[in-house]
Amino acid sequence: MANKTFQTGDTIGPLVKPAVTKTQLVMYSGASGDFNPIHTVDEFAKEAGLGGVIAHGMLTMAFVGQLLTETAGIEGELRKFGVRFMNMVRPGDVITCEGKVTDVKTESGQQIVSCDIWASNEKGDKVVSGRAEFAVPA
Amino acid sequence: MSLELFKPFIGVESKPVKNEVEKGAIRKFADAIGDPNPVYRDEEFAKTTRYGRIIAPPTFSRTFEYGKIEGLSYKQEGLIHGEQQFEYYKPIYAGDVLYCSTKLADAYEREGKLGKMIFLVYEQKGVNEAGETVFIARSNIIYRG
Repeated sequence: MANKTFQTGDTIGPLVKPAVTKTQLVMYSGASGDFNPIHTVDEFAKEAGLGGVIAHGMLTMAFVGQLLTETAGIEGELRKFGVRFMNMVRPGDVITCEGKVTDVKTESGQQIVSCDIWASNEKGDKVVSGRAEFAVPA
Repeated sequence: MSLELFKPFIGVESKPVKNEVEKGAIRKFADAIGDPNPVYRDEEFAKTTRYGRIIAPPTFSRTFEYGKIEGLSYKQEGLIHGEQQFEYYKPIYAGDVLYCSTKLADAYEREGKLGKMIFLVYEQKGVNEAGETVFIARSNIIYRG
Protein backbone atom coordinates (compact mmCIF):
# COMPACT_ATOMS: atom_id res chain seq x y z
CA MET A 1 0.00 0.00 0.00
CA ALA A 2 1.36 3.42 -0.95
CA ASN A 3 1.94 5.78 1.92
CA LYS A 4 -0.42 8.69 2.23
CA THR A 5 1.05 12.05 1.26
CA PHE A 6 0.08 14.99 3.45
CA GLN A 7 -0.11 18.59 2.24
CA THR A 8 -0.62 21.90 4.01
CA GLY A 9 -4.32 22.69 4.07
CA ASP A 10 -5.45 19.03 4.07
CA THR A 11 -8.38 18.36 6.34
CA ILE A 12 -8.11 15.69 9.03
CA GLY A 13 -11.21 13.74 10.02
CA PRO A 14 -13.95 14.24 10.86
CA LEU A 15 -14.25 11.56 13.52
CA VAL A 16 -17.80 11.64 14.89
CA LYS A 17 -17.97 9.86 18.25
CA PRO A 18 -21.15 8.21 19.55
CA ALA A 19 -23.01 10.39 22.08
CA VAL A 20 -21.23 10.50 25.47
CA THR A 21 -23.12 8.44 28.06
CA LYS A 22 -23.13 8.43 31.85
CA THR A 23 -21.97 4.80 31.69
CA GLN A 24 -18.98 5.94 29.64
CA LEU A 25 -18.09 8.50 32.32
CA VAL A 26 -18.20 5.74 34.96
CA MET A 27 -16.03 3.52 32.72
CA TYR A 28 -13.55 6.34 32.14
CA SER A 29 -13.40 7.12 35.87
CA GLY A 30 -12.51 3.48 36.54
CA ALA A 31 -10.05 3.18 33.66
CA SER A 32 -8.28 6.47 34.42
CA GLY A 33 -8.44 6.47 38.21
CA ASP A 34 -10.04 9.94 38.18
CA PHE A 35 -12.93 9.47 40.60
CA ASN A 36 -13.88 13.13 40.99
CA PRO A 37 -17.65 12.85 41.62
CA ILE A 38 -18.43 15.82 39.32
CA HIS A 39 -18.11 13.22 36.53
CA THR A 40 -20.31 10.51 38.02
CA VAL A 41 -22.67 11.80 40.74
CA ASP A 42 -25.40 14.16 39.49
CA GLU A 43 -26.32 15.45 42.96
CA PHE A 44 -22.68 16.32 43.68
CA ALA A 45 -22.25 18.04 40.31
CA LYS A 46 -25.45 20.05 40.85
CA GLU A 47 -24.26 21.18 44.27
CA ALA A 48 -21.00 22.22 42.66
CA GLY A 49 -23.04 24.49 40.37
CA LEU A 50 -22.48 22.44 37.21
CA GLY A 51 -26.13 21.52 36.68
CA GLY A 52 -25.27 17.80 36.40
CA VAL A 53 -22.30 15.57 35.64
CA ILE A 54 -19.72 16.73 33.10
CA ALA A 55 -17.28 14.62 31.10
CA HIS A 56 -13.59 14.43 32.01
CA GLY A 57 -11.65 16.85 29.81
CA MET A 58 -9.16 14.04 29.27
CA LEU A 59 -11.93 11.88 27.76
CA THR A 60 -12.54 14.49 25.08
CA MET A 61 -8.79 14.77 24.55
CA ALA A 62 -8.70 10.98 24.09
CA PHE A 63 -11.31 11.30 21.31
CA VAL A 64 -8.97 13.70 19.49
CA GLY A 65 -6.11 11.25 20.19
CA GLN A 66 -8.09 8.58 18.32
CA LEU A 67 -8.47 10.93 15.32
CA LEU A 68 -4.70 11.52 15.33
CA THR A 69 -3.66 7.86 15.61
CA GLU A 70 -6.15 6.91 12.88
CA THR A 71 -4.81 9.69 10.66
CA ALA A 72 -1.15 8.81 11.25
CA GLY A 73 -1.91 5.09 10.77
CA ILE A 74 -0.15 2.11 12.30
CA GLU A 75 3.14 3.09 10.56
CA GLY A 76 2.91 6.64 11.83
CA GLU A 77 3.82 8.02 15.22
CA LEU A 78 2.41 10.84 17.25
CA ARG A 79 5.15 13.13 18.57
CA LYS A 80 3.36 16.10 20.14
CA PHE A 81 -0.24 16.59 21.17
CA GLY A 82 -1.67 19.50 23.14
CA VAL A 83 -5.10 20.99 23.75
CA ARG A 84 -6.83 23.76 25.64
CA PHE A 85 -10.13 22.84 27.28
CA MET A 86 -12.75 25.37 26.18
CA ASN A 87 -16.24 24.14 27.03
CA MET A 88 -17.79 21.44 29.15
CA VAL A 89 -19.01 18.17 27.62
CA ARG A 90 -22.13 16.54 29.03
CA PRO A 91 -23.83 13.15 28.63
CA GLY A 92 -25.76 13.16 25.35
CA ASP A 93 -23.25 15.39 23.55
CA VAL A 94 -22.06 14.17 20.18
CA ILE A 95 -18.42 15.16 19.76
CA THR A 96 -16.85 15.63 16.34
CA CYS A 97 -13.05 15.74 16.08
CA GLU A 98 -11.37 17.48 13.16
CA GLY A 99 -8.12 19.06 12.10
CA LYS A 100 -6.19 20.85 9.42
CA VAL A 101 -2.60 20.31 8.29
CA THR A 102 -0.57 23.49 8.85
CA ASP A 103 2.91 22.32 7.78
CA VAL A 104 4.65 19.30 6.26
CA LYS A 105 8.43 18.75 6.35
CA THR A 106 10.36 15.85 4.92
CA GLU A 107 13.08 14.59 7.23
CA SER A 108 15.12 11.37 6.84
CA GLY A 109 12.46 9.52 4.87
CA GLN A 110 9.58 10.73 6.99
CA GLN A 111 6.89 13.34 6.58
CA ILE A 112 6.63 15.45 9.72
CA VAL A 113 3.06 16.73 9.76
CA SER A 114 1.97 19.65 11.97
CA CYS A 115 -1.73 20.28 12.38
CA ASP A 116 -4.38 22.25 14.21
CA ILE A 117 -6.92 19.98 15.85
CA TRP A 118 -10.20 20.59 17.61
CA ALA A 119 -13.39 18.96 18.80
CA SER A 120 -16.89 20.44 18.77
CA ASN A 121 -20.26 19.50 20.17
CA GLU A 122 -23.42 19.13 18.09
CA LYS A 123 -24.18 22.85 18.53
CA GLY A 124 -20.84 23.69 16.90
CA ASP A 125 -19.18 24.97 20.10
CA LYS A 126 -15.52 24.05 20.32
CA VAL A 127 -14.85 21.96 23.41
CA VAL A 128 -11.11 21.50 22.91
CA SER A 129 -8.64 23.08 20.53
CA GLY A 130 -4.93 22.57 20.05
CA ARG A 131 -2.04 21.40 17.95
CA ALA A 132 -0.30 18.13 17.16
CA GLU A 133 2.68 16.80 15.27
CA PHE A 134 3.08 13.31 13.84
CA ALA A 135 5.55 11.50 11.64
CA VAL A 136 4.58 9.15 8.80
CA PRO A 137 6.74 7.31 6.26
CA ALA A 138 7.35 9.52 3.19
CA MET B 1 -3.99 29.72 49.44
CA SER B 2 -2.04 32.53 47.84
CA LEU B 3 0.62 32.40 45.18
CA GLU B 4 3.33 32.91 47.81
CA LEU B 5 2.48 29.52 49.28
CA PHE B 6 3.01 27.73 45.95
CA LYS B 7 6.26 29.51 45.08
CA PRO B 8 8.59 27.49 47.34
CA PHE B 9 7.46 24.34 45.50
CA ILE B 10 8.35 25.53 42.00
CA GLY B 11 10.91 23.07 40.62
CA VAL B 12 10.29 20.50 43.36
CA GLU B 13 9.83 16.98 42.01
CA SER B 14 8.09 13.96 43.50
CA LYS B 15 9.96 10.75 44.18
CA PRO B 16 9.44 8.57 41.04
CA VAL B 17 6.79 5.87 41.38
CA LYS B 18 7.12 2.47 39.69
CA ASN B 19 4.22 1.78 37.30
CA GLU B 20 3.69 -1.55 35.54
CA VAL B 21 1.81 -1.15 32.28
CA GLU B 22 -0.83 -3.89 32.17
CA LYS B 23 -2.51 -4.98 28.95
CA GLY B 24 -5.85 -5.31 30.76
CA ALA B 25 -5.61 -1.70 31.90
CA ILE B 26 -4.89 -0.61 28.32
CA ARG B 27 -7.90 -2.56 27.01
CA LYS B 28 -10.20 -1.07 29.65
CA PHE B 29 -8.96 2.41 28.85
CA ALA B 30 -9.45 1.88 25.09
CA ASP B 31 -12.96 0.53 25.79
CA ALA B 32 -13.81 3.55 27.96
CA ILE B 33 -12.76 6.06 25.30
CA GLY B 34 -14.49 3.99 22.59
CA ASP B 35 -11.38 3.51 20.44
CA PRO B 36 -11.68 0.20 18.55
CA ASN B 37 -8.02 0.05 17.38
CA PRO B 38 -6.89 -3.61 17.66
CA VAL B 39 -3.32 -2.58 18.56
CA TYR B 40 -4.66 -1.69 22.04
CA ARG B 41 -6.20 -5.13 22.70
CA ASP B 42 -5.25 -7.88 20.22
CA GLU B 43 -1.81 -9.44 20.81
CA GLU B 44 -1.88 -11.40 17.53
CA PHE B 45 -2.65 -8.25 15.57
CA ALA B 46 0.01 -6.29 17.47
CA LYS B 47 2.60 -8.92 16.45
CA THR B 48 1.92 -8.11 12.78
CA THR B 49 2.73 -4.41 13.34
CA ARG B 50 6.12 -2.73 13.72
CA TYR B 51 5.40 -2.50 17.47
CA GLY B 52 5.22 -6.28 17.94
CA ARG B 53 3.35 -5.80 21.21
CA ILE B 54 0.22 -4.10 22.51
CA ILE B 55 0.73 -0.35 22.91
CA ALA B 56 -1.25 2.26 24.84
CA PRO B 57 -3.39 5.14 23.44
CA PRO B 58 -1.89 8.67 23.42
CA THR B 59 -3.53 9.87 26.66
CA PHE B 60 -3.03 6.61 28.63
CA SER B 61 -0.14 8.01 30.69
CA ARG B 62 -2.80 9.93 32.63
CA THR B 63 -3.60 6.67 34.45
CA PHE B 64 -0.14 6.35 36.08
CA GLU B 65 0.81 7.18 39.64
CA TYR B 66 3.26 10.08 39.81
CA GLY B 67 3.80 10.44 43.54
CA LYS B 68 3.32 13.51 45.68
CA ILE B 69 5.32 16.70 45.90
CA GLU B 70 6.26 16.60 49.56
CA GLY B 71 4.58 19.31 51.63
CA LEU B 72 2.38 20.64 48.82
CA SER B 73 -1.31 20.24 49.61
CA TYR B 74 -4.33 22.35 48.77
CA LYS B 75 -8.06 22.08 48.21
CA GLN B 76 -8.73 19.87 45.17
CA GLU B 77 -12.36 20.92 44.68
CA GLY B 78 -13.01 23.48 42.00
CA LEU B 79 -9.71 23.00 40.19
CA ILE B 80 -10.02 23.59 36.45
CA HIS B 81 -7.94 21.64 33.96
CA GLY B 82 -7.07 24.38 31.50
CA GLU B 83 -4.58 22.79 29.13
CA GLN B 84 -2.82 19.48 28.55
CA GLN B 85 0.20 18.70 26.40
CA PHE B 86 2.16 15.56 25.65
CA GLU B 87 5.52 14.96 24.04
CA TYR B 88 6.12 11.36 23.01
CA TYR B 89 9.60 9.88 22.69
CA LYS B 90 8.79 6.15 22.67
CA PRO B 91 5.61 4.09 22.52
CA ILE B 92 4.21 2.86 25.83
CA TYR B 93 4.12 -0.94 25.55
CA ALA B 94 2.09 -3.43 27.58
CA GLY B 95 4.59 -4.97 29.99
CA ASP B 96 6.68 -1.80 30.31
CA VAL B 97 7.89 -0.72 33.72
CA LEU B 98 7.91 3.07 33.92
CA TYR B 99 9.11 5.33 36.70
CA CYS B 100 6.82 8.35 36.81
CA SER B 101 7.29 11.63 38.62
CA THR B 102 5.67 15.04 38.71
CA LYS B 103 6.98 18.48 39.44
CA LEU B 104 5.47 21.92 39.83
CA ALA B 105 7.14 23.61 36.86
CA ASP B 106 5.58 27.03 37.39
CA ALA B 107 2.96 28.93 39.37
CA TYR B 108 1.73 32.39 38.44
CA GLU B 109 -1.23 34.68 39.00
CA ARG B 110 -3.51 36.30 36.44
CA GLU B 111 -6.52 38.54 36.58
CA GLY B 112 -9.37 36.75 34.77
CA LYS B 113 -13.08 37.20 34.24
CA LEU B 114 -13.69 35.51 37.60
CA GLY B 115 -11.15 37.60 39.49
CA LYS B 116 -7.63 36.62 40.50
CA MET B 117 -6.69 33.10 39.49
CA ILE B 118 -3.58 31.06 40.20
CA PHE B 119 -2.20 29.00 37.33
CA LEU B 120 -0.23 25.88 38.25
CA VAL B 121 1.90 24.18 35.61
CA TYR B 122 2.78 20.57 36.36
CA GLU B 123 5.32 18.60 34.37
CA GLN B 124 5.05 14.83 34.50
CA LYS B 125 7.57 12.40 33.15
CA GLY B 126 7.80 8.67 32.49
CA VAL B 127 11.21 6.98 32.35
CA ASN B 128 11.75 3.33 31.37
CA GLU B 129 14.08 0.83 33.05
CA ALA B 130 16.86 1.74 30.61
CA GLY B 131 16.65 5.31 31.92
CA GLU B 132 15.13 6.65 28.68
CA THR B 133 12.41 9.29 28.85
CA VAL B 134 9.28 7.81 27.24
CA PHE B 135 6.99 10.84 27.53
CA ILE B 136 6.66 14.27 29.08
CA ALA B 137 3.22 15.65 29.93
CA ARG B 138 2.37 19.20 30.96
CA SER B 139 -0.87 20.19 32.66
CA ASN B 140 -2.09 23.72 33.30
CA ILE B 141 -4.38 23.78 36.31
CA ILE B 142 -6.40 26.80 37.37
CA TYR B 143 -6.76 27.24 41.13
CA ARG B 144 -9.32 29.68 42.43
CA GLY B 145 -8.63 29.43 46.14
